[in-house]
Amino acid sequence: MTALAAPPTAPETGRPPQDPPGKRVRKGGAGRTMKGGWLSYVILGFALLISAFPFYWTIVAASRSNADLAQVPPSLLPGPNLIKNFEQVLEEADIGKALLNSLIVSSSITLGTVLCCTLAGFAFAKLKFRGRGALLTLTIGTMMIPPQLGVIPLFMLIAELQWVNQLQAVILPGLVSAFGVFFMRQYLVQSLPDELIEAARVDGASTARIFWSIVIPIARPGMAVLGMLTFMTAWNDFFWPIIALSSQEPTVQVALRQLGGGYVNDQSVIMAGTLLGTLPVLLVFGLLGRQIVGGIMQGAVKG
Amino acid sequence: MSLTATAKAGPRGPASTGPGPDDGRAATLRRTWRKASPYAYIAPFFTLFLAFGLFPLLYTAFVSLYRVELQTSGEMEWRGIANYTALFTDEYFWISLRNTFTIGVLSTVPQLAMALGLAHLLNYKLRGRTFIRTAILLPYATSVAAATLVFAQLFGRDFGLINYVIGLVGFDPVDWQTGTVASQIAVSTIVIWRWTGYNALIYLAGMQSIPHELYEAAEMDGASRWRQFVHVTLPGLRPTIIFTVIISTIGATQLFGEPLLFEGSISGGISHQYQTLGLYMYEQGWGFFHLGRAAAIAWVMFVLIVVLVGVNALIARRRARKEAGR
Repeated sequence: MTALAAPPTAPETGRPPQDPPGKRVRKGGAGRTMKGGWLSYVILGFALLISAFPFYWTIVAASRSNADLAQVPPSLLPGPNLIKNFEQVLEEADIGKALLNSLIVSSSITLGTVLCCTLAGFAFAKLKFRGRGALLTLTIGTMMIPPQLGVIPLFMLIAELQWVNQLQAVILPGLVSAFGVFFMRQYLVQSLPDELIEAARVDGASTARIFWSIVIPIARPGMAVLGMLTFMTAWNDFFWPIIALSSQEPTVQVALRQLGGGYVNDQSVIMAGTLLGTLPVLLVFGLLGRQIVGGIMQGAVKG
Repeated sequence: MSLTATAKAGPRGPASTGPGPDDGRAATLRRTWRKASPYAYIAPFFTLFLAFGLFPLLYTAFVSLYRVELQTSGEMEWRGIANYTALFTDEYFWISLRNTFTIGVLSTVPQLAMALGLAHLLNYKLRGRTFIRTAILLPYATSVAAATLVFAQLFGRDFGLINYVIGLVGFDPVDWQTGTVASQIAVSTIVIWRWTGYNALIYLAGMQSIPHELYEAAEMDGASRWRQFVHVTLPGLRPTIIFTVIISTIGATQLFGEPLLFEGSISGGISHQYQTLGLYMYEQGWGFFHLGRAAAIAWVMFVLIVVLVGVNALIARRRARKEAGR
């Protein structure tokens, strides 16, 4: 939902252009030096437990039989039925196809969004053109408006194009990320020195050349962060996919909705499906968690 | 539309190297391209933005004045404000409006309060802090659907783990599905679980941008840790807090996935006890096939968001002024 929004930051137009190139301005105090007492660890440990427990429980429930789950006291350790439940959910809810579709949809959205947003972010950050201010205001102004409010005309449009139940119905609207444009603009304003562009221009480089040889290499870390956040959001997107797609051509979230909609009664099978649908994001998160944390915190103070 | 026209031109620069000897036409061409080329860079985004972002948003208001049915979404019949009057006389609209509000408060207030506390702890020097930060964000990585399915199980009336624990402590099991308050608490819990860590990290980022000298000064004045938190941290965090309040308000207004999948019913429980506006819109549009009425609900939600955000901003500004005046 609103994960991909950045705080309204003070307009940084006042930043003097003679900022030393390449050097990021250090923000305020670099963390406090006070040490946390044992109580801090206890409270944080408890918070982590609550964060993690539903995941653990998913594994437990997915590896048991439905009868096990209706036991009092409930069993708190994983059981032997994981593979069997996986097989059953792959058969009953077509999770395999859903995983493949989600991979296609999320990757396309990620690639397209990062490209569109880097192009537009670069133009807004470094090129001069008429209407730049107005267009940027329009983009940022709509950043906060939930796209969910536009689903009815969007659905009519998709129906008109006969795209219902086709993956492009989810991919194309997913490419619109006002946040991404804003994010890339902020990134380039801060990390791409004007002098570099000027020098390239003096050497006779075209804007396209400058974009490919100078902007992209510098923007790469920002693009990576935007890519990770976009992938996660796209993978987890719920409202629009369940409207535009159906069980014939499901993404993971559509399949999970089917699972939860009473189509399958076996709780352990439902949990097995949930586990399968969540694993890919958890994998990404396990590998890139640090960067994602950094991206979110950066997004929060950027500008 | 000049936007799309320049888009087709594609980004290609002048082939010549540098400002050579001026031969009139080529120079003019080059100058024209120089002026037009920035539009080529924003064209891909804006084409998509207009088609799939801005147009649907604005057209919603238009559709809400027509009778449009799901199966024949190409045919529109003028209804004027009839969709709205039908809405305002529908008991379930008011129920879902009330539910949206109560679930919004139940989920947002504890969520942000806990996030603030966690951020304060995370701001200490801690062992394994990268691990803690990552782990605390884990719920944010799960989808609404997955989280809700798991919590629906945990909140089961007969065999749910939560009722089991409640039983251990010696209380009667709670019917988390049928009771209005209980079901709304359960739905709010899912929201709180998913978003507390995210907000804690946002607060943490805000805290780290508060200048260290302020704390040193406060310490020299003999302020306790608690007073430092109240008089240095909180004022320094004000913009961040306002931001999270606004974002959470918007999120709460359009809450949808959690109530839909909690029991898998589009009416939000047997007596609509936890149906939110988002779910009500979905029920009207894709349950009863009334797209026009669904559009009217979307537009009401939009106005609601604008009003709520406006009120938030107003309160924030008034408080800031009061504080500055004292």
